[in-house]
Amino acid sequence: MPIKSYLAHAFTGKKEELLGALQKINQCEVVPAKNEDVIVLVTDTSNEIEEETLKERIEAIDSLKILSLVSGFNPPQN
Amino acid sequence: MIKSDTNRRSFIKKMAMLSAMTAAASMFPGILFATEQEKGIPKDANLDWKKGPCRFCGVGCGVLVGTENGKAVAVKGDPNCSVNKGLLCVKGYHQIMCIQSKDRLTHALVKKNGRYEKTPLSEALDLVANKMKETIQVHGKDAVAMYTSGQSTIPEGYVASKLMKGAIGTNNLDCNARLCMASAVAGFLTTFGADEPMGCYEDIDHADYFITWGNNMAEMHPVLFSRMLEQKTRRGAKIIDFATRTTRSSTASDRSILFEPQTDLAIANAICYEIIKNGWVNKTFIEKHCNFSKGITNMGYGLEDHYKFSDKPEKIDFESYKEFLKDYSPEKVSKYSKVSVKDIKYLAAIYGDPNKKVVSYWCMGMNQHTRGTWMNNLLYNIHLLTGKISQPGNGPFSLTGQPSACGTAREVGTFTHKLPKGVVTNEKHRRLAAKIWKVPYEQIPSKPTYHATEMFRAVDRGDIKFIWTQATNPLVSLPKTSRYRAGIEQESCFVVVSDVFPRQTSDVADVILPASWHIEKSGLYGNSERRTQHWDKMVEAPGEATPDAWMFIEVAKRLGFGELFPYSKENHVEEIYNEYRQFHEGAKHGMAPLEVLKKESGAIWPYVNGKSTQWRFNAKYDPACTNGEDFHFYGKPDGKAVIWQRPFEEAPEKPNKEYPFWLNTGRVIEHWHTGSMTRRIPVLHQAMPNAYVEFHPDDAKALGIRNGENIKVSSRRGSCVLPASINERGLPTKGQIFVPFFDENMLINDVTLDAFCPISKEPDYKKCAVKVEKV
Repeated sequence: MPIKSYLAHAFTGKKEELLGALQKINQCEVVPAKNEDVIVLVTDTSNEIEEETLKERIEAIDSLKILSLVSGFNPPQN
Repeated sequence: MIKSDTNRRSFIKKMAMLSAMTAAASMFPGILFATEQEKGIPKDANLDWKKGPCRFCGVGCGVLVGTENGKAVAVKGDPNCSVNKGLLCVKGYHQIMCIQSKDRLTHALVKKNGRYEKTPLSEALDLVANKMKETIQVHGKDAVAMYTSGQSTIPEGYVASKLMKGAIGTNNLDCNARLCMASAVAGFLTTFGADEPMGCYEDIDHADYFITWGNNMAEMHPVLFSRMLEQKTRRGAKIIDFATRTTRSSTASDRSILFEPQTDLAIANAICYEIIKNGWVNKTFIEKHCNFSKGITNMGYGLEDHYKFSDKPEKIDFESYKEFLKDYSPEKVSKYSKVSVKDIKYLAAIYGDPNKKVVSYWCMGMNQHTRGTWMNNLLYNIHLLTGKISQPGNGPFSLTGQPSACGTAREVGTFTHKLPKGVVTNEKHRRLAAKIWKVPYEQIPSKPTYHATEMFRAVDRGDIKFIWTQATNPLVSLPKTSRYRAGIEQESCFVVVSDVFPRQTSDVADVILPASWHIEKSGLYGNSERRTQHWDKMVEAPGEATPDAWMFIEVAKRLGFGELFPYSKENHVEEIYNEYRQFHEGAKHGMAPLEVLKKESGAIWPYVNGKSTQWRFNAKYDPACTNGEDFHFYGKPDGKAVIWQRPFEEAPEKPNKEYPFWLNTGRVIEHWHTGSMTRRIPVLHQAMPNAYVEFHPDDAKALGIRNGENIKVSSRRGSCVLPASINERGLPTKGQIFVPFFDENMLINDVTLDAFCPISKEPDYKKCAVKVEKV
């Protein structure tokens, strides 16, 4: 049951586009910075495989410049 | 149950969110995330928030800990604390997670026939007291020792000092703060006659320049560094990083200037040379407020057992000092410091400009130095020559690494030479201690015994037969652990370890005592800006885990000193603090009453007439100034600070053909010191699971070393195998490697040298000679 947090850096002027793309993904929770092209992203998935697949999907978003991992938790399911 | 799990998951997501926001704040100063940080925790959670200081580092950030059903479940920065104004670093946010670790010490363990047996605490304390008593009877008072911590609370340090020095009558008490800021103490005392910085963190809001001397604040003091970055963005304040390695601090600074290890001594003198040569001296200030002195040189490095040194100060005049500095022209110093003449002049011009306010920050780079006291003196020289001291935005400011290195180690005085007020060598100070402690004056010995390194040498030699350590992990943190581990494992010494978790040092203990973690007891810490912070117990400790102070009191009673320790279990923190405050009564060091500390997020001493004193020695702010002048360095009998003539001297061990690299050791942002707490916090452990050895890419290329390859780092004392790191976290200069010391599975201190500053007795972890091989 991984929970991970990332900083998602958008290409200049593409923050809203990136935000929109991330908001469409169920396992993503996002908080955009008000004054920088950065979005805090928290992912919540069922297992590591799903997490990896999700990460690949996020990295394929055109408006994403860099995705950097900040923290990861793996609490038990029960 | 479903609701509870949902809450827990939601809480973890919130923690993950806060971690990312913290990381973003360190990269983008002033970044805003609307009200997310205030939301904190799920709306349906019913949390009780209690204030306290953070458990890590000496910055002393205020935290609010959220408890629910008797458990600590959340942490957020205290917006009412002026230290951090609601900010926290990644360690601070996650701190409470370590107390849930499955291997918490919850009961006393006594070694019997080579195995640890769970033992009732009362029985274990009986054994500790009996062993102590027996050792004293057979071998004398100086055969027992206590080694405490800058993480011990003020009451814990105070009771330890009273027990050892007042009740038993031995000065065999020292602490791990000896390893991190003793040089700052000796520097402050020799220059000003009074310990601890004169300024406060509010200096950050006023300074035009921040010059960091061998100090990676972005990783070690991230909240203060964030405040500096904010001033850089808002007001155009400049940060100059002066160091031996390129770090996150360097890349975030306006300028990064690198120097050859040990030559900071020469560069500081070169800056003074330039200040005098260019007429930037504040003549009125030095005529009114400064003396000039020199001391003994070529003092050695403390490498041999029983090493002794006493400086012999000799007054000199300004002209002699000026003459001495002729050896330190930028042109001469540039040749061996590897700092360009232009950069030396650039630094001098910043300090010399009367219209620019400058704060100098330092921590381990200057303190863990075989000439650490000198280096501290030299930096004060720069500020004194220019009169840039004790004013908002102007001053030298030593940072500390532990949450109460100042409050407990320095102010209570858990060093062999110290008393809660003053030193053991001073009869007046011994008489005051004896009066407050209600012991005969003759009971307190007048001579210091063992400082940290010498204490563990004495264990190795068999001179110390009983040692009790608390909240510290010397078998990972001492230099040259290859000697001291073998020493303490000998049968000749009975070892008692009080701690929260098992670690390298408890592995060699005869008795392990389960200690409460900081929020499981009430207490007080003192941070780097002289701020005393109180917190109330927030949660119950598991099993029989007990505050260290109470375990000392229980042992004191068993030793027959009950009447000296008449404190109650429920209120001992308050009773001890009120007794301790008597030592510091007066305008120079008055401590705030407990009722004030309970309400506020700390108060800065001297606390006089209901007010904190933010800038000492400046008559405008400090009521203790009584000489009728603008400044009064009242720590010295004549009210004047000392500008010290201190030369450059080489390090005791330098790279050569056989050992061609400098070894520098230090810390990383994810882990705190020896990692026994932060490595039990999953998010931090996962972010930085093991230590590594950093190379300059040119050195790595020449040796055919690639990232991740295992490298054996060896010195004349020992070796350690670690994965290589190239162009990752930091970048050492060519000919230097860097290794963080947090990893108990990769003991780099087996390799380091136990040379120390002869005045402060603080070891140098930043410089020794090593070789490297692929394995």
